[in-house]
Amino acid sequence: MRKVAIYGKGGIGKSTTTQNTVAALAEMGKKVMVVGCDPKADSTRLLLHGLAQKTVLDTLREEGEDVELDDIRKSGYGGSLCTESGGPEPGVGCAGRGIITSINLLEQLGAYAESNALDYVFYDVLGDVVCGGFAMPIREGKAQEIYIVCSGEMMAMYAANNICKGIVKFAEAGGVRLGGIICNSRKVDNEKEMIAEFAKRLGTQMIHFVPRDNDVQRAEIRKMTVIDWNPKCVQADEYRQLARSIDANEMFVVPKPMDIPQLEQLLLDFGVLEVAA
Amino acid sequence: MMSPPDDKPIPMSPSSETAAASPSPASAMEAFKDDLLKPYPKKVARKREKQIVVNQNKPNISLPQIQANVRTIPGIITQRGCTYAGCKGVVLGPTRDIVNITHGPIGCGYYSWLTRRNQTKPPTDSDENFIPYCFSTDMQDEQIIFGGEKKLKAAIQEAFDLFHPKAIAVFSTCPVGLIGDDVHAVTREMKEKLGINVFGFSCEGYKGVSQSAGHHIANNQLFKHVIGRNNTPHPGKYKINLLGEYNIGGDSFVIEELLERCGISLVATFSGNSTIDAFENAHVADLNTVMCHRSINYVAEMIEKKYGIPWIKVNFIGAKSTAKSLRKIAEYFGKQELTDRVENVLSEEMPAVFEVQNEIRKRCQGKTAMLFVGGSRAHHYQDLFEEIGMKTVAAGYEFAHRDDYEGRRVLPDITVDADSRNIEELHVDPDSDLYNPRKTPAQLEILKKQGVEVAGYEGMMAQMDDQSLVLDDISHHETERLIAHFKPAVFCAGIKEKYAVQKMGVPCKQLHSYDYGGPYAGFKGAVNFYREIDRMVNARVWGLIPPPWEQSAAATGSPGTLADEEDPDLPQSHARRRTPVAGSDE
Repeated sequence: MRKVAIYGKGGIGKSTTTQNTVAALAEMGKKVMVVGCDPKADSTRLLLHGLAQKTVLDTLREEGEDVELDDIRKSGYGGSLCTESGGPEPGVGCAGRGIITSINLLEQLGAYAESNALDYVFYDVLGDVVCGGFAMPIREGKAQEIYIVCSGEMMAMYAANNICKGIVKFAEAGGVRLGGIICNSRKVDNEKEMIAEFAKRLGTQMIHFVPRDNDVQRAEIRKMTVIDWNPKCVQADEYRQLARSIDANEMFVVPKPMDIPQLEQLLLDFGVLEVAA
Repeated sequence: MMSPPDDKPIPMSPSSETAAASPSPASAMEAFKDDLLKPYPKKVARKREKQIVVNQNKPNISLPQIQANVRTIPGIITQRGCTYAGCKGVVLGPTRDIVNITHGPIGCGYYSWLTRRNQTKPPTDSDENFIPYCFSTDMQDEQIIFGGEKKLKAAIQEAFDLFHPKAIAVFSTCPVGLIGDDVHAVTREMKEKLGINVFGFSCEGYKGVSQSAGHHIANNQLFKHVIGRNNTPHPGKYKINLLGEYNIGGDSFVIEELLERCGISLVATFSGNSTIDAFENAHVADLNTVMCHRSINYVAEMIEKKYGIPWIKVNFIGAKSTAKSLRKIAEYFGKQELTDRVENVLSEEMPAVFEVQNEIRKRCQGKTAMLFVGGSRAHHYQDLFEEIGMKTVAAGYEFAHRDDYEGRRVLPDITVDADSRNIEELHVDPDSDLYNPRKTPAQLEILKKQGVEVAGYEGMMAQMDDQSLVLDDISHHETERLIAHFKPAVFCAGIKEKYAVQKMGVPCKQLHSYDYGGPYAGFKGAVNFYREIDRMVNARVWGLIPPPWEQSAAATGSPGTLADEEDPDLPQSHARRRTPVAGSDE
């Protein structure tokens, strides 16, 4: 079983990319579980055709200790298994502690047990690694490989670089490795080349360049992944390619985060300023 | 008749071996300090060096500076407690009719349950007394994740429904601060809803360098939410408050009785044997008397600013100090009638005290004591030892600040560091209606000339001998080395130190809980303390039970295990025999 965590700047398209990739893996016949690690609990919406999921933490709160795996894990597109950690309303409590509790409970309930015959577990984690709770999925014994969703926008690259710093720490303590950068295109100039170079400088690879395509939006409004909504469209093949690349990936590294001047120079080298001039 | 009997000078030499080996006592003590610091890593030694001081107490020389109220070095095994403990446990805990709710996991509430030491006496059996209770929101994982405000509200409601108290106080533990529960918004809402006083404390355990931060937070909230809510005039003639007296072992009862016999009315005590009604009415008194300067001087200062009530430092620990404190109060009010009454009480009390002093002095004279406790007790209890001829060779506080060591004259020089800035400093202005300076500046000046200094405290070091040792936030290593080197007849500390000390063959007197004894305040208390110390330092049991390492030495035929036991004139002989500390230089 491969345990994969998806990180990236807030709003970059982690959940969308994760679910579309999971759909492609499922189509390939892989058994995949998705663990949403975001208090908003919207990491499995496309696989489940809506926010049908009762979160782990809500269930734990309402049922007490008497929780069964079936109460918190629903079957979604292509036999994928979907769970959502859930968490508090914005501004109260501790969402990070929620993730920790939730993942511990999933383990205790045997969600990762051999008997599930899982090929993949995907952790879809909220935004930046703001506290220890959001690093839970990459602690020892959890996810072994990380993919960072990024675009050619400066702040997305800045966030990706920061996440790499976090990975270095956990790589030393545990064994988690960076598997690559997924470029979710925002149609920035020279984006593909820049992110490929960015990935190279980090010591990793751009595992796939996902072009911007409104079909993603069209599928999303129908609460579906692209493959589910229109398996024949071009974008569906992009996700299939991403899934194949991940499935065949053998490049797992401890990243080498860049310092800020280096990162800025990279942006300059790839001509971000030329448009303005 | 007031002079203590048989005031012989006490020889200073800490132990004959070291005194003989060193050229002068002054350098001997400095040399001991150097030895003490030697095993520390450089950085630790550099910090501890400033917190360990050989006292210089000579005329015309100012006291040496000590570093205090700074972060504890991790790993030194400190005596200190947390901010929550200082706020909930020390200052507010002893009040009997406030329901004190700990907002946090159950352990914080359970281990600060005050049944062990603070006494209280409701006027009748049907009057409220919540001290035996322990109230907690029992925070669980669910509240940590989703927030604990709802459960806190429910707890306040439940406490109200069950007990209908006059007031409810909420104390924040560490996780409350981490997850950002707004206890003040909750208490505000519940105060409005229930129509009783409900107030909260942001006293998360990690907030300060010690429990001292908790005292300050407690003082601030008492001042903001409690004091001054009830303006009912008090019928007494000479009205005082007693601040920083927490009724350990019934000390407050003794002081209350003394004051009453002198005709002095006690409006409120903060907070031994106290009630919320008395707190709310405290600002009608005409004088604040401060026992524990460290834990409560903030309230005294703020009351002075807002209401014009001066404060004086008093000490009811020790017969001499008790007499002095009562006389100071009488002088403050400046009425012959009161002075006469005080003198009358003193003449009734003192002869019996002297009689016991004389008797016990015979057995205790020349013995030594060490006190490492609290933020005022390490100072106050030196008086009691002095009265039975015992010398304090080393002392220090757990959580005091420089002013408690060196006196309030150093206040302007104390650097306010980031840790202290973390605690709110209230800005107080004179109350537009109620500010009424009880004394004019001229009157205060006259009082000062008479020895009644308003807002004055000399600190501990001014009372300690030249070349005595002063250690702030003592470490376990230093405790062991001090005992091995000086072999004190008694060591005063708390429960955390008690058994470590006693395993070294030295009795340890707890000055937090009094070992469930007491009272030790006033004249009656002084006599109790003399007898207790006599019993402890002259008990041969410490020599009769050889520690394990000596037993194994005896088993292998090593000489000298019980040799000194035969001599009843050498009650400390056991200590001399031993090498109690691993790595000791003895």
